[in-house]
Amino acid sequence: MKRLLAFALCLVLVLTAVPVQASAEPVTINVYNWGQYISDGTDGYIDVNKAFTEATGIKVNYMTFDSNETMYTKLKTGGSTYDVIIPSDYMVARLIAEDMLLELDFSNIPNYKLVDEAYKNTAFDPDNKYTVPYTWGTVGLIYNKKYVDEADLGSWDLLWNTKYSGKILMFDNPRDAFAISELLLGIDINTEDPDELRSAAYKLIEQKPLVQSYVMDQIYDKMEREEAWIAPYYAGDYLQMVQENENLSFFFPKEGFNLFIDAMCIPKSCQNKAAAEAYINFLCGAEVSGENLDYLGYSTPISAAKEFMDPDTVASDIAYPSSETLANGSAFSFLDEQTNQLMDSLWLEVKTQGSVDTYAIVCMGVVTAGLALYFIIHGIRKKKRIANRCKKWKTE
Amino acid sequence: MKSRTLAAPYLVWMALFTIVPLAIVAYFAFTDSQTGEFTLKNISNLGNYMPILIKSIWLALISSVICLIIGYPVAYYIAGCKETTQRFLYMLVMLPMCISFLLRTLAWVALTEDTGIINNLITALGMEPLPLIRNNGAVVLGMVYNYLPYMIMPLYSVIMKIDKRLIEAAEDLGCNGANVFKRVILPLSVPGVISGFTMVFVPAVSTFYISQKLGSSGTTLIGDVIESQFKTAYNPNLGAALSLILMVMIFICIGVMNRFSDDEEVITV
Repeated sequence: MKRLLAFALCLVLVLTAVPVQASAEPVTINVYNWGQYISDGTDGYIDVNKAFTEATGIKVNYMTFDSNETMYTKLKTGGSTYDVIIPSDYMVARLIAEDMLLELDFSNIPNYKLVDEAYKNTAFDPDNKYTVPYTWGTVGLIYNKKYVDEADLGSWDLLWNTKYSGKILMFDNPRDAFAISELLLGIDINTEDPDELRSAAYKLIEQKPLVQSYVMDQIYDKMEREEAWIAPYYAGDYLQMVQENENLSFFFPKEGFNLFIDAMCIPKSCQNKAAAEAYINFLCGAEVSGENLDYLGYSTPISAAKEFMDPDTVASDIAYPSSETLANGSAFSFLDEQTNQLMDSLWLEVKTQGSVDTYAIVCMGVVTAGLALYFIIHGIRKKKRIANRCKKWKTE
Repeated sequence: MKSRTLAAPYLVWMALFTIVPLAIVAYFAFTDSQTGEFTLKNISNLGNYMPILIKSIWLALISSVICLIIGYPVAYYIAGCKETTQRFLYMLVMLPMCISFLLRTLAWVALTEDTGIINNLITALGMEPLPLIRNNGAVVLGMVYNYLPYMIMPLYSVIMKIDKRLIEAAEDLGCNGANVFKRVILPLSVPGVISGFTMVFVPAVSTFYISQKLGSSGTTLIGDVIESQFKTAYNPNLGAALSLILMVMIFICIGVMNRFSDDEEVITV
């Protein structure tokens, strides 16, 4: 009885403690961003979230995703609320088309005026209603100078080079993976033609035996420790990796590459829009953007921020490629629902291809047949035994 | 009457967190992802994933058999020790389970990678590195390592409870050591074998993390496919259908295993 009373008291305590705590708590916003995509105070760089809390008193609950698709699924499934999300261009377009974003109140985001004109009125948000650009960047090929022959460089076909079988990594998301295969085949990366998408998928299936694994942020670890030698990834991340392993190098394949913008937006599930806009505004400040992106290696859409960056980064032709190089890049645009579905199912086909293991199927067949035989023989024997016993009893 | 009221909280729990979710899984499995109408499309996809499903079952079966082969002697040995030693050894078996399963799998990755600890040692000795990771063997290794305690625990508790007098009686009646084991101990430990086998087989067949970390791009298991449907592809309907099929398969496998114990009862009659 005593124990029960104690339990009841505990319960009361817990139940009353929760609401009291909630009312006293300062405003908290949930930020959902790519992994390794904000300066977090390592190596003496700025801790963006901490600086934001210090400046505004608003707490940040920071969460990360590893691909646009993961983020989309999380938003779609519901059950979690986010105040600020930072997806890429094509995903923003999809979110807008599916009416999942809130319009921004730009009077709360005065720093928006700092954003370069080139990153306003973008294809994914033509009226500038929903987004503020966070970074922009490119996709290229990262390779290890120690193991990869210089003669093999220059094209995406390095990823199909059998010489490096087992040492090649590949994107673990359909859009980026298909783009590479499409560029190599000379297909538009925004194609909605089912046959073209299928041929791109076949190309990826062809590559599969050479691929060590399909990864996203694990790429850091694998490339830095030289477990893998070749990987397509975002240029900004390469700039972070090369600081850990100077054998790494990078090039823009001649067939062209993806040019992307990642933008901050507010999903419909937002609980505190004003605080979310304050966060977006904070990230757009010239100094914050400069110091943040200096660490990230991605390119800033705010020219004024370059003042606060390491001059070497600004001069880097990987972070800020020349206009000739950039002319070879192309952006992702919105794909209709049907195409997205087809791409998802083709991607699943790519991922599951080659798992057909005839050896396993034959063995399973043998095991099943063996078990069936065992039970049949056993059953017959048992019946006989029982019959014999019955006979015995009867004769007795 | 009293036992029923005591069981009530669990019954409510089971209804809320087992029956209702199962019903939701079934609902998703039989509805269309776009229109929400009834469809058999998801289930009929089974043909495409059959080879993967068979492969998953096959690898899980191998792992369970290896666990049994390794686990039985261990459990038998522990059960035969002094009580204090027993407790100590049992704790050693349990000890790895105190560390996160994900972490232990990652540790195997660090050990077996091409540039991992084992291969670095081998190359330092002047030999060629071994292909330790990214094959079926590595996946089986991961499963055996992670699920071995689940085999040893039920085996140990069953073997420990075998009445010593039965063994003495068999010996008194002129049975030699091998026959005592074959005709007394083994039949009496069958329930432990079956529950151990089930406890290894069920998580192994539906695993996805082990195959992702230790497997190659070609060792996609059914768990990986299901995970991707919920995590990235946003097709919970297909994911639910595959889960349902997997569940039916597991029930069939457990049913087959339980046939063995039914037989044993008949023999002892």
